[in-house]
Amino acid sequence: MTEPALAVAGLSHRWGAKTALDAVSFTLPAGRFCALLGPNGAGKSTLMAVLTGLIRPRPGVVSVAGVDMGRAPRAALAGIGVVFQQPTQDLDRTVAANLRYFAALQGLTRPETEARIEEALTRLGMAERAGEKVGRLNGGHRRRMEIARALIHRPRLLLLDEPTVGLDAPARAAITAHVHDLAATGISVVWATHLVDELRDSDDMVLLHRGRVAAAGAVGGLRGATPLPDWFLARTGAVA
Amino acid sequence: MRAATTRALRAAGAIMARELARFLSQRERFLAALVRPLVWLFVFAAGFRAALGMSIIPPYRTYITYETYIAPGLCGMILLFSAMQSALSLVNDRESGTMRLMLTAPWPRWFLLGTKLLAGALVGLVQVAVFLGVGWAYGIHLPPLGYLAAVPALLLSGLMLGSLGLLLSARVRQLENFAGVMNFVIFPMFFLSSALYPIWKMQEASPALAWICRLNPFTHAVELIRFSLYLQGNALSLAVTAGATAVFFALALWGYEPARTRRPKGE
Repeated sequence: MTEPALAVAGLSHRWGAKTALDAVSFTLPAGRFCALLGPNGAGKSTLMAVLTGLIRPRPGVVSVAGVDMGRAPRAALAGIGVVFQQPTQDLDRTVAANLRYFAALQGLTRPETEARIEEALTRLGMAERAGEKVGRLNGGHRRRMEIARALIHRPRLLLLDEPTVGLDAPARAAITAHVHDLAATGISVVWATHLVDELRDSDDMVLLHRGRVAAAGAVGGLRGATPLPDWFLARTGAVA
Repeated sequence: MRAATTRALRAAGAIMARELARFLSQRERFLAALVRPLVWLFVFAAGFRAALGMSIIPPYRTYITYETYIAPGLCGMILLFSAMQSALSLVNDRESGTMRLMLTAPWPRWFLLGTKLLAGALVGLVQVAVFLGVGWAYGIHLPPLGYLAAVPALLLSGLMLGSLGLLLSARVRQLENFAGVMNFVIFPMFFLSSALYPIWKMQEASPALAWICRLNPFTHAVELIRFSLYLQGNALSLAVTAGATAVFFALALWGYEPARTRRPKGE
């Protein structure tokens, strides 16, 4: 484990006159679950836009498993699985068909694809849903389908942008648990959220506030004896 | 290298299959796309046949009915509508994240967007084929080999209009309603072209408008289709259509380039 899964060094961005990210730096070791925490407007979406290739960073600023995103964006993206905040599914097609489309987009062969679909769905506890139309699934299962899809090309880094928004409590808990399990198998996870109850003490955390890194480290070590919502409130002035 | 090409082609196949499947599943869209030009053919052309006297101009060698004259223009109209509809769905895709998902695939942007364009052009081609079939049954008989010869011309025209749609979807944020596109893109392109009347007719009415028609790339797409339906070449129209495709596509790619990070002011 020499290369960190994700390294960001001095990332800045502004939209017009408004600064969205100001010299953001952090490192994510391989196989860790890292929460990207921050109130709305903290810069999470902008950071996600950079990490998913929508905004290209300067060379030497963002690297994914040692691949420079500014120099070789496609090679860097090949190592990343993304779950966008907005759902992106073909509702009138089956779970398997949605995954097959994505696998083909990645250039996987048919035999490879079928094996990986099964593997990914099993990991998310969705194997028996493969033949169901996505439109008939509930919100939680749709999200799990999207997470399974993001794993098809076996990325080392999984990015999830507010993946539990709009879900009920049991579905949120299930998805949070599933993704923690993924991290335990060696996949590095960046989990953008503003909901502190999704975090565990053993997780890493990068707290963004007004475009800057306000705190970074293990959740348990940072908050000490203070309950996380109170800690979050004290740091950002926002209720989590 | 070869393996990479095979993988890229697989990705392209998936994008095209998805577009075709989406089109075929939207029966209303298919029906609307077919009814529109047929109304023009059956109603408008019938009404205007008497009003517009035709003369023999290339590529025609005999007198033709007005219906026969506007058939290539209506093929162009189908492609135009189809391209603008794709442009609107691109805007939706952009908003909904489907586009973002596609662009995270490890291929160059020109390749992914070009594939989407080609898929759109093929969808347009299917619609034109059905239209020409109905036209045949109605009595509009073009040279049999012309139907085959027109395929490349139709594809190129579809690509040109698709590139224009892609460019619009990249540049115009407020593309959400079709009415705007109708007023500012479809109507001017269609009416200021040789689709419904030969340019020499327009010249009699207004030389200035005739010049606009000559400069309109849609005119050249229509003429390219018209000439190839009669198994003839038209170098000028081919050059303009191909050139316009290249320019529109290049500008669209530029519009879809990822933004660069910008440092805060004063740094």
